[in-house]
Amino acid sequence: MNSSLGHKASKQTPQTKQSDRSSGFTSDRVSNNADAIAQVIEVREVREIHDFHGGIHPPENKRQSTAAPIRDLPLPDQLILPLSQHIGVPAQAIVEVGEQVLKGQLIAEAFGPVSAAVHAPTSGVVTDINEYLIPHSSGMSALCIVIKPDGEERWISHSGCNDFRDELPQTLLKRIRDAGIAGMGGAGFPSAIKLHPQQKIDTLIINAAECEPYITADDMLMREHAEEIITGIQILAHILGEPASVLIGIEDNKPEAWDALSAQLHNSNVHTNIELIEIPTKYPSGGEKQLIEILTGTQVPSGKLPAELGIVCLNVGTAFAIKQAVCEGIPLISRITTVTGKACAQAGNYRVLIGTPVSHVLSETGVDEAQCSRLVMGGPMMGFTLPDTAVPLIKTTNCILAPDQSELPTNDFAQACIRCGLCAEACPASLLPQQLYWYARSQNHERLEAHNLFDCIECGACSYVCPSNIPLVQYYRASKGEIRQHEKDKIVADRARQRFETHQQRIEKEAQEKIARREARRAAALAKQNASTENVSGSTLESSSENSSGNASENSSDNLNTNESDTNSGQSDLVKAAMARLQSTQTSPEQQRQKLERALSAAQSKLQRYEAQLANADSTDDPRTADQNNTLLAKIEGARLQYQDINTRLDALPAQQGPSEGDV
Amino acid sequence: MALTQVTSPHTSEGASTSWVMQQLLLATLPGMAALTWYFGWGTLINITLACITAISCEAVILKLRKRPVMFYLRDCSALVTAVLLGLALPPLAPWWLVITGTAFAMIMAKHLYGGLGYNPFNPAMVGYVVLLISFPVAMTMWPAPRPLLPEGVDVPSLWSSLQIVFPMLAAEPIDAFTMATPLDVFKQNTGQLVEQLYKSEALFVHGDLAGIGWETVNLAFLAGGIYLLARRIFTWHAPVAMLSTLALMTWFCYDGGSSASKGPLSLHLLSGATMLGAFFIVTDPVTSAVSNRGRLIYGGLIGLLVFVIRAWGNYPDALAFAVLLMNFAAPFIDYYTVPRTYGHDRARSALQKKD
Repeated sequence: MNSSLGHKASKQTPQTKQSDRSSGFTSDRVSNNADAIAQVIEVREVREIHDFHGGIHPPENKRQSTAAPIRDLPLPDQLILPLSQHIGVPAQAIVEVGEQVLKGQLIAEAFGPVSAAVHAPTSGVVTDINEYLIPHSSGMSALCIVIKPDGEERWISHSGCNDFRDELPQTLLKRIRDAGIAGMGGAGFPSAIKLHPQQKIDTLIINAAECEPYITADDMLMREHAEEIITGIQILAHILGEPASVLIGIEDNKPEAWDALSAQLHNSNVHTNIELIEIPTKYPSGGEKQLIEILTGTQVPSGKLPAELGIVCLNVGTAFAIKQAVCEGIPLISRITTVTGKACAQAGNYRVLIGTPVSHVLSETGVDEAQCSRLVMGGPMMGFTLPDTAVPLIKTTNCILAPDQSELPTNDFAQACIRCGLCAEACPASLLPQQLYWYARSQNHERLEAHNLFDCIECGACSYVCPSNIPLVQYYRASKGEIRQHEKDKIVADRARQRFETHQQRIEKEAQEKIARREARRAAALAKQNASTENVSGSTLESSSENSSGNASENSSDNLNTNESDTNSGQSDLVKAAMARLQSTQTSPEQQRQKLERALSAAQSKLQRYEAQLANADSTDDPRTADQNNTLLAKIEGARLQYQDINTRLDALPAQQGPSEGDV
Repeated sequence: MALTQVTSPHTSEGASTSWVMQQLLLATLPGMAALTWYFGWGTLINITLACITAISCEAVILKLRKRPVMFYLRDCSALVTAVLLGLALPPLAPWWLVITGTAFAMIMAKHLYGGLGYNPFNPAMVGYVVLLISFPVAMTMWPAPRPLLPEGVDVPSLWSSLQIVFPMLAAEPIDAFTMATPLDVFKQNTGQLVEQLYKSEALFVHGDLAGIGWETVNLAFLAGGIYLLARRIFTWHAPVAMLSTLALMTWFCYDGGSSASKGPLSLHLLSGATMLGAFFIVTDPVTSAVSNRGRLIYGGLIGLLVFVIRAWGNYPDALAFAVLLMNFAAPFIDYYTVPRTYGHDRARSALQKKD
């Protein structure tokens, strides 16, 4: 690895002009601490970093949770494991209720490529597989596997690889995928997919910015597990084919974490080209797009993935989880979560098992629930409030924030927007939030898209600075939802229109064919008539005439018939075809009966539906429904008539059928 | 535990619209003090009258519109309109002038359009223009600045000022000493060189840059504006663009001081309503363009219009007209000055259809 370093450094672009010097930083030339510090200072100064537009500086509130080291929580009474803790298709349960599971055992496997497996965080019994409230901004429920721990923590047999450098990237990717690792920074995108891009990757960025206030999970992880993180990053670099630059972006408000990582990088046993880069503290520097701009000076084109620029960006916690999966064979069954806020007596970072109910975390960390006015999962900028404390912690839960009323007061009522433009100054995507707000209110979707609504990353900087307390982000979310729904509806409508048009075309075509057939028949009938009159007159002639055709002479006994078949040789096909068509449309009585029965049940269900609607409408005393009631009554009447009609036809059917059967 | 369900973000900077408005009011204090020092109690009486009228109008209209009155009154926006109009009107203007202008501004220019945030035109400037067109004589009677009053005459006392404003309080009408403003002087000048004017007119003889009193008032407003810039109440774009265009036009048209000269740089920058306009009117976010690029264009065109009207129009000063004309254009400017969004090659027009 080290031998390839010089080569890599020389390949680096002028943009990373410090590389020559930082390669010293990465090589084993660094022998003592003083040198290391000198190098550190040099690297801190040399790396050219870029600014991004906007951004804010909210109070950091990180000290509350960094005083104590990472602690463990006692086992909860039950673990609730949602099958969908990631972006993509939910995993599929492969255990059954009552089954005994071991710690680390696969209990739900990834379904399709964009999915992530789920493992049992401890040994115990599966007690339920059902819908439970999951941590989601919409407060929805989803399928979860519930495990009752037996307290024995019995591991399933597992092993890591001895040296990841000996393994093929595909093998490592499979390990990562099997370990159920999804982006731990918050988005939860399955990591194995991110690490298997179509493009050649020349920059690997490790996101250690952790720009959200209050959250210190990554900070503490770096302080205590620097070695594992660096190994994890080396694994990532190995999988990605040793990118030319491997950058760790860390905000300058985490000096301890910086020291821990840089000490690890200066460890003479570590040979790597990883660069540790300090970036100014500014929210949202930890947004993927923003961090990429800070570190590389390029912007990810709208609607494209960083991989298209040859960049892959992963969270530092993900690197740690990947190291554990690859080197120890430990799947993603626990994570570091910050529990903080003024209502929390023992604020700090905790190693929690995935699936631990929030209520358990709260009681173990001394959260005074009476003080706590709301409970936020995630940070104060982008986190969402929890509807209930029964929800579990999941793979993406980096923080539980239990603030008291004074800490995060409830917002005042929104005042009028005076277009002061503070939001536009703060927007990291260079949008015009004030214009988006107006267009969102007037539901002007065209203008919203012209103002690039979909480039909004919902970081909340605009709402944060808004002097009128307008919940801007909420307007954008709602509008995005509306537009997406609108587009879906449009696709459905387009399809329906297409169907209708082809239907119309078919009907038209059939009608024309019908006309054509009718014409043909008429012409045939006319020709036949002409022919038969001719033949009648001719036959008398023929009988005596020598001029008659062979046919005529052969069948002279049945002259008329022969003549008919003869003259109609062209038309007889037509008639046959018509007969065949008629037969094909005329279904057998059995089929007719089935058809009628289907129609009957359809009419019946329609009737029932209308009646149910009527019952519903009756139960609400809304005057508006009077009209609707009348139409419903009319519909019911129509449906009833239809029902009766089909019924009588059905009754009539056996009568027709009987004789035909008797005939047979 | 009752858990509140609210959307992110859960924290905010804590600034409020009323705080922004209060900062604006605070920043008018130097200008207000300078006006009062040079022209007497008139300005303060104007402002008081305007404030009372504005708040009463706003309260009544809010009541009629069935809105929570106190909630909206607390945003202080009515006071800002009133103070700006009070500062712009000639001191010692008759009471009905102030009340008419303020009421028109609040009712017609603000609330008929939907209240704060919805008005396309700057209410204070609408009020000013309505008065200027309807009552041109009353609107052009500026008192003489304190240092130019005849020997032994002081600016009117508070009581006599009140008697001038409310003639019914006085037994017999009291007259204030009025005088042409520096811009009037230049407007009416037909034959004198700039140099001669500066030597003959008392305003300029006693002044250093743009007429005694006026230059100080403008510098005071400039100071207030710089304070607001430092507090980041608004960005520099609109005021800087306006002042630089005005300066550029003046420099371009100044012929060295002939009688046909449109006035020197110092005159245009430091007299009339230049600085009040640049930092307190042009920066009104509601009625200006929204993007920084848009505000550069918006401010620049106001500067251009101010000079054009001052130089070739019928009015000595032109700020109100220029601002209102550009208020018309602001939405149009907005369509074509949407900034380049992150990840896009170039800025797109707001009118662009989906691609």
